[in-house]
Amino acid sequence: MIPAAFDYIRPASLDEACRVLGDAGDEAKILAGGQSLLPLLRLRLAYPAALVDLGRVPGLRGVEDRGDHVFIGALTTHDEVLRSAVVREHVPLVALATATVADPAVRHRGTFGGSLAHADPAGDLPAVALALDCVFVARSGEGEREIPAAEFFVDYLEPALHPGEVLLGVRVPKLGAGWGFHYEKFHRTAQAWAVVGVAAAVRVEGGSLEEARIGLTNMGPAPVRARAVETALRGVAPAPGGNGGAGGSRDPLRDACGEAAEGTAPPADLHAGQDYRRHLARVLTYRAVRAASA
Amino acid sequence: MTEQLDAGLVARQIAESDQLSDPSGVREVGRARRRKEDARLVTGRTMWTDNIQLPGMLYVAFLRSPMAHARITRVDVSAARVQPGVVAAYAGQDLADEQGSLPCAWPVSEDVVIPDHPPMAVDTVRYVGEAVACVVATDRYKAADALEAIEVDYEPLEAVLDMTEALAEGGPRVHEAGNQAFTWKFAGGDIEAAFRDAPVVIDRTYVQQRLIPTAMEPRAVVATTDGDAFTLYSATQIPHVLRVMLALTTGIPEHRLRVVAPDVGGGFGSKLQVTAEEVLCLLLTRRLGKPVKWTESRSEGNLTVHHGRDQLQRISVAAERDGRIRGVRVDLLADMGAYLMLVTPGVPLLGAFMYNGIYKMDAYDFTCTGVFTTKMPTDAYRGAGRPEATFAIERAVDELAHELGLDPIEVRRRNWITHQEFPYTTIAGLTYDSGNYEAATDRALALFGYDKLRAEQADRRDRRDPVQLGIGVSTYTEMCGLAPSRVLGSLSYGAGGWEHAAVRLLPTGKVEVVTGTSPHGQGHETAWSQIVADALGVPFDDVSVLHGDTAVAPRGMDTYGSRSLVVGGVAVLRACEKVKDKARDLAAHLLEAAPGDVEFTAGEFRVRGTSEGRTIQELALAAFAAHDLPDGFEPRLDADATFDPENFSFPHGTHLCAVEVDTETGTAKIRSYVAVDDVGSVVNPLIVEGQVHGGIAQGIAQALFEEAVYDSEGNLLTTTMADYLIPSAADLPEFVTDRTETPATSNPLGVKGVGEAGTIASTPAVVNAVVDALRPYGVHDVPMPCTPERIWRVLGGGGGTGGSATGWAGPTESEGGAR
Repeated sequence: MIPAAFDYIRPASLDEACRVLGDAGDEAKILAGGQSLLPLLRLRLAYPAALVDLGRVPGLRGVEDRGDHVFIGALTTHDEVLRSAVVREHVPLVALATATVADPAVRHRGTFGGSLAHADPAGDLPAVALALDCVFVARSGEGEREIPAAEFFVDYLEPALHPGEVLLGVRVPKLGAGWGFHYEKFHRTAQAWAVVGVAAAVRVEGGSLEEARIGLTNMGPAPVRARAVETALRGVAPAPGGNGGAGGSRDPLRDACGEAAEGTAPPADLHAGQDYRRHLARVLTYRAVRAASA
Repeated sequence: MTEQLDAGLVARQIAESDQLSDPSGVREVGRARRRKEDARLVTGRTMWTDNIQLPGMLYVAFLRSPMAHARITRVDVSAARVQPGVVAAYAGQDLADEQGSLPCAWPVSEDVVIPDHPPMAVDTVRYVGEAVACVVATDRYKAADALEAIEVDYEPLEAVLDMTEALAEGGPRVHEAGNQAFTWKFAGGDIEAAFRDAPVVIDRTYVQQRLIPTAMEPRAVVATTDGDAFTLYSATQIPHVLRVMLALTTGIPEHRLRVVAPDVGGGFGSKLQVTAEEVLCLLLTRRLGKPVKWTESRSEGNLTVHHGRDQLQRISVAAERDGRIRGVRVDLLADMGAYLMLVTPGVPLLGAFMYNGIYKMDAYDFTCTGVFTTKMPTDAYRGAGRPEATFAIERAVDELAHELGLDPIEVRRRNWITHQEFPYTTIAGLTYDSGNYEAATDRALALFGYDKLRAEQADRRDRRDPVQLGIGVSTYTEMCGLAPSRVLGSLSYGAGGWEHAAVRLLPTGKVEVVTGTSPHGQGHETAWSQIVADALGVPFDDVSVLHGDTAVAPRGMDTYGSRSLVVGGVAVLRACEKVKDKARDLAAHLLEAAPGDVEFTAGEFRVRGTSEGRTIQELALAAFAAHDLPDGFEPRLDADATFDPENFSFPHGTHLCAVEVDTETGTAKIRSYVAVDDVGSVVNPLIVEGQVHGGIAQGIAQALFEEAVYDSEGNLLTTTMADYLIPSAADLPEFVTDRTETPATSNPLGVKGVGEAGTIASTPAVVNAVVDALRPYGVHDVPMPCTPERIWRVLGGGGGTGGSATGWAGPTESEGGAR
């Protein structure tokens, strides 16, 4: 549990950070809260030549209400996100998911941007970013760039950030009135990663689902947006009825949620096989949509 | 006498204890004293082994085998030797002449095979994680880096992973002598008669999965020498046993070797061992003449701390139609792993006498086969043999109840030893000295609200609620307080089971207690102080307890098997009695009275019927000054004592668990848990409460969460705490605990031991509850740990994996429905 040797660089400004990272290319890793990176180093699963610590770079931390969206700085800790009245009021799904991240100690060190830029399909926030159509704002020596959430999560632990690019923060759109939210996380112990998680944002009108956006945690090599189930849910009544289909009458919501795992390629590991993950995705999507619609 | 131990009551007891500044006339034993050692332990301002820094200290790192089974054809450490900061690097071959073989102190049978066990592999590796080379460097970072420069060539051999396959003819062999380590048989009564024409036979196979003991403090070793004498500091439970074993293994004369267990952060049996790293650190300090330190990482620990459990249990119960048990037959395969370590083969034997549980029966038959595999060796882990036995019998009794359509409590009532029958000699030959199973069960049922929960269960079944309720029962006993030396001898164990204590009054009247037990979280400093305070009539705060250093506490058998209070605490009491006798002689002399006329009350010796007296503190000073002593009286008030119990002690109790199973996701969630334990008389209810809570948590962990998993190549997959899931407080329910107190008759304190009871009791209670919830689906078993995925598969999810369930099968007889 001792990392291999690396250089440690702590730039004092964003310009300096971009320059240092640009010079180092893909030899360098950015250190934010370190909650994912340091275990990788200590297990010697990652051997970066240099760590660029953004901890002293000003302007990357905090939550701002910007009218039609909320901007969350990349270095804002999970705990700060949870304590933000702006987050709770305007983008509650972010708060719901963040509250399930690991434990208080991790939430005090781990950062919103670091967690997203790690692009771990088992992380809780990527599914939320996908469901809410967030926009990632990044900067390099060549200037600033916006990346839609749908394009940000390229592959396993691979975000759409270039070497030398720093994530500044994320624009989280406010969905406005009529929307309901829920994050349904299934994990074996409180501190364990999600076996499967479902981030749901739904809008109910006249007793049926007008729109549903579903992001899935740990259902593929990258976090995924479950488009098939979103289509299937349109027009379905989420009203409680029956006993959830355990031998009772047919439940249209449960039928629609049967599409939740469509097109996914979930991993198989110690905690769940692929078929079990697909099953969980269906059950948890049902529960998430029910809760978000309530 | 019962006493509910809810949180509020405990808090009140603490408050009362704190208010009592003058304990004279108030008994210390029985008070919920806060532990005097906790401040330094919980703040870490103490000497954990890894905190020790010695001048010129070097750091050791081990290169470990990535292969489960292979011949080592080449090890080249030359590149590592020239890395910056590296002082030395060795392969197993370099140490072959002096490293010896790690000891097994329990040759259980005539046929036992004890293979050579080099601390560092020389020509063959037999499990992933076995040390093959080491680096010694000026800091731990340089040592870790230099490991990457070592080259090892392996010629792969076939891994041996499955016990049944390992015993088949012609397969790959872990050792030349074969894969069978030993067979051990035990029988009482006529088992053939018990099973012949038995109206009911329950025949089940249970898997005790492999577990990884996970003490909060990782293992750590510091070894140092002045050239002639050696000191080994280790995070160990057994400094005394370790000293003897290391002297025998390394050839360092025993009187030149001091072993210190500084404050140790948990063990659960995992530090009841003579480890490769302890031996190797001693050899390295001998070679290099400098102090060396090694501290494991958590992943290294998961690989190489001895594992626990890993048994395949076949249990058959023959019974009458009314539920009365005729006999029990057990055929056990026990995975030894690659080698026999300190007590590896003895662990299943500690369970051999317990498969009959608290029940009367005519016959019992037990066979155990120890099997070698290419995995980390197994050894003692909290309960060691007894949790496995208790699980099998308590699961089987629930199956019997189901088979007969009887309530599981009722079947137990029809079979258990009643309180009038104690002392009772069981079919396994043990004499249970005391107990009251009826009282503990009645109390547990009341606290649990058993009837109400059964009604709710019936309702959920009627409604086919996707969340089903299950109720699990465990009426356990166990044998602990290890152990009568004669019995250990009859079981071929290499040592005795006595314990030693010394008590000395200092000139100022303060008391030092030297104990041969070696606490690693149990609170001996507090409990022993309470015993001494009562026995000598001194204030609790005037007592210090010294332990864990063979130079300070030269005699002892250390701490494991819930033995410390039952054996060591009694030794402390006996030493106090001897001191008191000496003090009485001195008091009589000074008071010019006959010793028989001198009474002792609350710390003062008085001549009967007078106000003339001397406090024990005054006598301590008088003995020190030695101005006026009786003829032949040595000028000190101190005494040594040992205690060797004549019998084991037998805690018992009833644990009840209600589990909600979400049949859609497979999640089993404990809704309520009641534990009524009888651990005999109680010295400190707060410590007992802590042991019960931790024990239950650890037993629940086996039932629902923990499993060491090796893949088909023999690689351990659960090397981090993200893979090996340990429940935290957030994953556990509030426990409702209570006690009945039936004092042990085998020791003057009346105590029975509480270190393992919770773990032994809880696992079957939880799994019985999970299975009970799923009975309507035709489910008869869920393998441990009962993970959501396993429950889902048992219910038919993913096509099922051998579960008998084919969907809802309707209510069952045990809940009163017609079949």
